[in-house]
Amino acid sequence: MSDTAQAIEVRDLHKRFGPLEVLKGVSLTAKQGDVIAIIGGSGSGKSTLLRCINMLELPSAGSVTVHGETIEMKTDGHGGLIPSNRRQVQRIRTRLGMVFQSFNLWQHMTVLQNVIEVPVHVLKQPRDEAIAVAETLLKRVGLYEKRDAYPAFMSGGQQQRAAIARALAIQPLVMLFDEPTSALDPELVGEVLSVIGDLAREKRTMILVTHEMKFARQVASHVVFLHGGVIEEQGPPQAIFEDPKSERLKKFISSIH
Amino acid sequence: MMKDEATILPAYKPPKARSLLEPHRLFLMAVFVGVFACAVVFMRWDWLPKYQDRLIAGIWQTLVLLATTSFFGFLLAVPLGLVQVTGPRPLKWLANGFCTIIRGTPLLLQLWLLYYGLGSLFAQFPEIRQSFMWPYLRQAWPYGFTALMLSFAAYEGEVMRGAFAGVPRGELEAARAFGMRRFTMFRRIWLPRAIQRSLPTLNGETVLQLKSTPLVATITVMDTYSVIAKVRSDTLLTYEPLLLLALIYLVLTGILVVAFRYLENRVPNRGA
Repeated sequence: MSDTAQAIEVRDLHKRFGPLEVLKGVSLTAKQGDVIAIIGGSGSGKSTLLRCINMLELPSAGSVTVHGETIEMKTDGHGGLIPSNRRQVQRIRTRLGMVFQSFNLWQHMTVLQNVIEVPVHVLKQPRDEAIAVAETLLKRVGLYEKRDAYPAFMSGGQQQRAAIARALAIQPLVMLFDEPTSALDPELVGEVLSVIGDLAREKRTMILVTHEMKFARQVASHVVFLHGGVIEEQGPPQAIFEDPKSERLKKFISSIH
Repeated sequence: MMKDEATILPAYKPPKARSLLEPHRLFLMAVFVGVFACAVVFMRWDWLPKYQDRLIAGIWQTLVLLATTSFFGFLLAVPLGLVQVTGPRPLKWLANGFCTIIRGTPLLLQLWLLYYGLGSLFAQFPEIRQSFMWPYLRQAWPYGFTALMLSFAAYEGEVMRGAFAGVPRGELEAARAFGMRRFTMFRRIWLPRAIQRSLPTLNGETVLQLKSTPLVATITVMDTYSVIAKVRSDTLLTYEPLLLLALIYLVLTGILVVAFRYLENRVPNRGA
């Protein structure tokens, strides 16, 4: 179980919300350099799956392994699981750069302060080093001029690019994107996708929940189609989008074109 | 695809400060100067020099009471608000009960219960009279301080409860997602965000607190109000000392409002 070439391994993941079973046994492996796109209709469990990887959502059963280290879980007495070692979860989370649908930037901090917050106060890096890294990242996402602006005064596209810089600042093993463009006005989607596309091209490991099928097809090395809490079909983008096997995937793809 | 941002989101411009020289303002200023001049010329102010030192000491006493009770009251308000949002049920009930009782009874009653009730109770126990605490417990200000502090804590605790609950969940979730420990998250994200959101209310509470301080005059603490009361009984004047008292509280309120506005503007906030 110490295969560190496997960035993330999810095994037989179940998630119940009360009587509703959202995930019904999902297994997924991301190797270093993989760009995995998770697609599916709403309510298919894709966001839940992503949020189970860093334990923002606690799975009811199954296991998550990050860089060869399995997150230790114990039963909570109500038929679910809770992490038995909070410190381990916190440590693993610092290796996973999460980008949210609604950005979730800290509104009382400037963009630069947002980006250096975790490096300085969680990873205990020296402040000036963190600032140097942050400025490079902000240049990369095209926000260097906005580094002293507060999130509330920026457009959604700018906020999401800042959120991506914040996630990159922890030098993550894997980037997790949870529908990063779903909350954006249509004209702002492109600027965010072009940043994510750059990251994919440099072979950064990432797992991407998205509704942008064209984009998924361009950047993903592997596409997973989730339906009703199980993986209905998966494979390289060409196979998924040009030669879908299952009826449901055929329907899904024709419904979005 | 990068559109010109200016067309999407206009830069924030604070509302322009209107000129002081607009006609209606000039008129009001003239009226004010006139009233002030009449007050100075036609009223009796010869008692002022005699009471000047006592007045300054009284204002100092008021300010010290305001600053210490607000500060310590706020420190108490943070856990009071926090346990009502996150705490285990018994603590939640305890904090809720405290806030309800203090907010539901007159401050004057609490003050007198502490001073005349608890204070005279203390005096009956020789153990207390002989302890090192007695030199403090036989004075009036500890009771005034305690009553004002608890009052501020209860009102502000309720405000902080709302402020903590109102911090967007996504921002706390982001902190968790990046591996922040719970205390770091509280110190770096939750508390500063809650304080930022509660600053306008905190301003109002502090102004109210300033105007609650005269109640301590009823338990013999020599604050601004009790100095003025002494002037009135010595000189048998009514309007002059009370006008001065009004002016003093107005100026102090003005200073508080300006100071809080400065704090609020340090982190520009939109909508939230």
